[in-house]
Amino acid sequence: MRRFVLSVVLLLTALLNAAAALDELRFDLRSEPKSFNPATVADDSSETIRYMTGGVLVRLNRDTQKLEPELASAWSMSRDGKTITFTLRTGIAFSDGTPFSAADVKYTIAQLMDPALHSPTGDAFRSGTGKVVVTTIAPNKVSITFPAAVAGLDKLFDQVAIVSSQSPKKEMAALGPFYVAEYKPGAYVYLRRNPNYWKHDASGRQLPYLDAVKLEIQANRDIEFMRFTRNEIHLINSLDADYFDRLSHAAPDKVRDAGASLDSEQIWFNQVPNAPIASYKREWFQSRNFRQAISAAISRADLCKVVFKGHATPAMGPVSPANKFWFNAHLQPTQLDTKKALQLLQSDGFRYTGGKLYDRGGHAVEFSIVTNAGNRGREAMATMIQQDLRAIGITVNVVTLDFPSLIQRMSESFNYEAALLGFVNVELDPNAQMNVWLSSSEEHQWNPKQAAPATPWEAELDRLMRAQASATDDRTRKKYFDRVQEIVADELPFIYLVNKNALTAVSLKVQGAKPVPLRPQTYWNIEYLKVADERAGK
Amino acid sequence: MKTARLVAVLVIAAIALGSVVGGFLPRFDYARQDRDQIDAGPSSAHWLGTDSLGRDRFARLLHGTRVSLLLAPAAAALSMLLALAVGAASGLAGGFAERSAKATIDLVLSIPWLFLLLMVRALLPLNTSPALSAVVTFTVLGVLGWAAPARILQAHASRLRQSQFMLLGCASGITRGRLLWRQMLPNLRPVLLAQFWISVPIFILAEANLSLLGLGVAEPLPSLGSLLREMETVLSLGGDFCRLAALLVLVAVVSSLQIAVSHKEAY
Amino acid sequence: MVRSISRRCILAALTILAGGFISATLVRYAPGFGSDERQLDARLSSESLAAIRNETADERGIATYYAGYWRRVWHGDLGTSRSLNRPVRELLAERVGVTCRLGGKAMLSAWLAAALLVCASSLGRAPALSLAATVFSGALLCLPAGGLALLSVILNAPGWLALSLILFPKIHRYLSNLSAATNNMAHIITAKAKGLAAWRILFWHVFPVIRREVLALAGVSVGLAISAAIPVEALCGIPGIGQLAWQSALARDLPLLINLSVLVIAGVTLANSGADLLAEAREART
Repeated sequence: MRRFVLSVVLLLTALLNAAAALDELRFDLRSEPKSFNPATVADDSSETIRYMTGGVLVRLNRDTQKLEPELASAWSMSRDGKTITFTLRTGIAFSDGTPFSAADVKYTIAQLMDPALHSPTGDAFRSGTGKVVVTTIAPNKVSITFPAAVAGLDKLFDQVAIVSSQSPKKEMAALGPFYVAEYKPGAYVYLRRNPNYWKHDASGRQLPYLDAVKLEIQANRDIEFMRFTRNEIHLINSLDADYFDRLSHAAPDKVRDAGASLDSEQIWFNQVPNAPIASYKREWFQSRNFRQAISAAISRADLCKVVFKGHATPAMGPVSPANKFWFNAHLQPTQLDTKKALQLLQSDGFRYTGGKLYDRGGHAVEFSIVTNAGNRGREAMATMIQQDLRAIGITVNVVTLDFPSLIQRMSESFNYEAALLGFVNVELDPNAQMNVWLSSSEEHQWNPKQAAPATPWEAELDRLMRAQASATDDRTRKKYFDRVQEIVADELPFIYLVNKNALTAVSLKVQGAKPVPLRPQTYWNIEYLKVADERAGK
Repeated sequence: MKTARLVAVLVIAAIALGSVVGGFLPRFDYARQDRDQIDAGPSSAHWLGTDSLGRDRFARLLHGTRVSLLLAPAAAALSMLLALAVGAASGLAGGFAERSAKATIDLVLSIPWLFLLLMVRALLPLNTSPALSAVVTFTVLGVLGWAAPARILQAHASRLRQSQFMLLGCASGITRGRLLWRQMLPNLRPVLLAQFWISVPIFILAEANLSLLGLGVAEPLPSLGSLLREMETVLSLGGDFCRLAALLVLVAVVSSLQIAVSHKEAY
Repeated sequence: MVRSISRRCILAALTILAGGFISATLVRYAPGFGSDERQLDARLSSESLAAIRNETADERGIATYYAGYWRRVWHGDLGTSRSLNRPVRELLAERVGVTCRLGGKAMLSAWLAAALLVCASSLGRAPALSLAATVFSGALLCLPAGGLALLSVILNAPGWLALSLILFPKIHRYLSNLSAATNNMAHIITAKAKGLAAWRILFWHVFPVIRREVLALAGVSVGLAISAAIPVEALCGIPGIGQLAWQSALARDLPLLINLSVLVIAGVTLANSGADLLAEAREART
């Protein structure tokens, strides 16, 4: 009897140990995920879950920046850029066993393009009025026709996670490497490996290598940092320069600087005609010479050195050098030149007297820069710009606001003078920036919703953006968009400051990690990641 | 205790004098950024080293102390006046006045004033000078900070109302105003002083947190609160001890003030 | 006594109603109401942006919204959080317990520590101890809540300890001054002159005198604990009401904020009313 009990205890212990020996990757989400529906994902945390659970027809390889087949083994596009046809892999099932077919693609597109859903992913496909037609040519072949040409159409499907049209679990049935097994609000999201995941490695072993991913919800970066140093989490996907520096002294082999990211920091001036600002100030902001002078007076090298500890590069335009194909390599970075700045201002009738700058009307040049409170980097940048512009006699007042107040001022009341913010670029294709450059758009930050372009150069931007959107050949599109970048560099509606580097931290236990500048920097190849066990033998 | 009080007074005097005088010396420029010397340790050029933008920490400490120690006690005094007006007066009056005041105090204690502060920010011009934004911030703190002390003052005043000397005063025909001023106030002083000395560091710290709403002392003007906010990140650990200078100054001032004016021990 | 209780209940109910309305009005008219960070998403079409702005359409008429809110509460529906897309009832149910436990432990430990220190200073008659206590509580007052919260995370200390350290100096300062203020009272001087032991004077003659103020302080400390819980929970990553309040304030989430405000107002009102009732009951007995 005693032997029997002992055997049972030993067996249970072994089973428990085996259960505890899950290959589990752990890292933090910085906010509560707002949606598990892939079509309505609009925040970072939800996007993380979508990336790891969603099966897509094609995947942009974040390392090579080339499009690769995923659920679709092949695809082709019509010459007019309106139709794309996918040949789907066969024998694939969702995580709950429901078979995958062209009907699911049709269902997903119908959901995505539903105007009532207001899907950001769906809106990226909208190219004109009219319906999107999905034709199931065969159980494994589907064709999607849009009312007008969609620029970069195939790459957009990297963001479209296919949902099941039949599964009772709806969008919770996953085609990606993981599925959502547990969600404890305010605490964590637990993903388990998809037992029906279609992908295998070169040796034929089913992917993913990991058994589970635990995503704990932690908004505080200090705590996230401490958890990483205590080995409670395995990676930090996006690290601020300060933390990167600290960690690189303590554990240099755990930090990775993947070079310039797609993101940028910039300031712009309010040029809205009926904004509640002094008319003489509006005149300053609408002057190209004024904007160029401000740009020349700011030391971008110092911003990179002081705020980003050298982990940033001076920005030249709306596209980062990390975007290999679309970046205009002919653009030159703006050098600090206070003499040039003063000359430009003098040519506009400004005069520099007694350490202060005055305009034609005798007004001392003074304006405010608003930025979001709590972002230490931006607050530091604003303070540095304050000192830089003091050198040419300009008084700058730094105002930090909470985000909703900032958005209201920038988008509704237009009660601001200059703003300092950053752009987070998720996509490589410049068509994603269409709403920024079109003068009629609400996202045309410096002067949105124009009935007609206010300036000739904005009219030219409109023409070029529409031209690149309707062109089907990437080289032609690049020519148009290169010209857009040149105009922006000349007219400076945005004064681009820096492109931050993609800084990450990865535990030595994680194998297969290869951080890249594109999002998600560290786990873009999640199905190939492993976590080494501490015990010998594994 | 006499020696302790003397030392406390000397400490306060030294800090006050240092911040006032030092703040006027051109050597101590709180805004100048030495971008080749960021997060530097103490040196002959920078006695307490530099901050993350290369600004002299000692200069910022001098100016920050001046700003905070001038405005925070003023704000605390304002909130004490309001607390006295509402708490003591209603406690003396009793009845319906006391009940309504209690309800008002409960309301003020629990309403999210964050949104009122956002409105204040929205009403201020964007080009408000750092000095003016500092004054506005501390005024707002003073106006909003009266409720908690008012509650305790009210309880104290309510007890005193029923005490024998107050009843004798009423029976003698002394007016309420005179009773409040000559009889009640001296007895409320310990509670008032306790709250005053608590409010000073609370307001100094609260001012720094208000920068998240666009209020607070604007850059480049420093305040003790903004200097202390540097300590709210794990990155401040492992640095040199100069980062603690603002904390040490504040602790020295607050403790010294409390010791210097503390009620005499009777035991 | 019964009349007093019923009067207080009515007053508390009115306070909660008025407080809820004031809070809702403040949220509604604060800058940033109706703004959403999705408005900066360049992918969204103008129709989608218009739809986002329309999400708060039914919250813009605040009086109507508030009346509708109480109607729904009457049926057990607390509304749905706009920022978290979840029923408010679920959110509160998950988090109220966390904050109550955090606040309860913090208040208990802060009061205990403050009372012990005051007693020790009074009984010990050691000026040095009193001086040390003054410096210690002064130092704690000067530490930012964020710094204390961070310290507790670094040292793996529980969150309630950070909250306790925030509350302790305020409670200690009051208690200390209150107890010292009674030293000059005639009956205390008489008791000392008659040679009564220090502990007897403290527990039999000092505390009964300042009972009302101490109870008032107890009520106020509930409000202090609630407001201090917000930064502690937000910084320590504790999923309680405080963290929820901060997130909803940043998102201008009116459905959630109304409920949180009503909860806080009810808590503070009940705590203060309870303290007053206790004081009255005690005085009626003596």
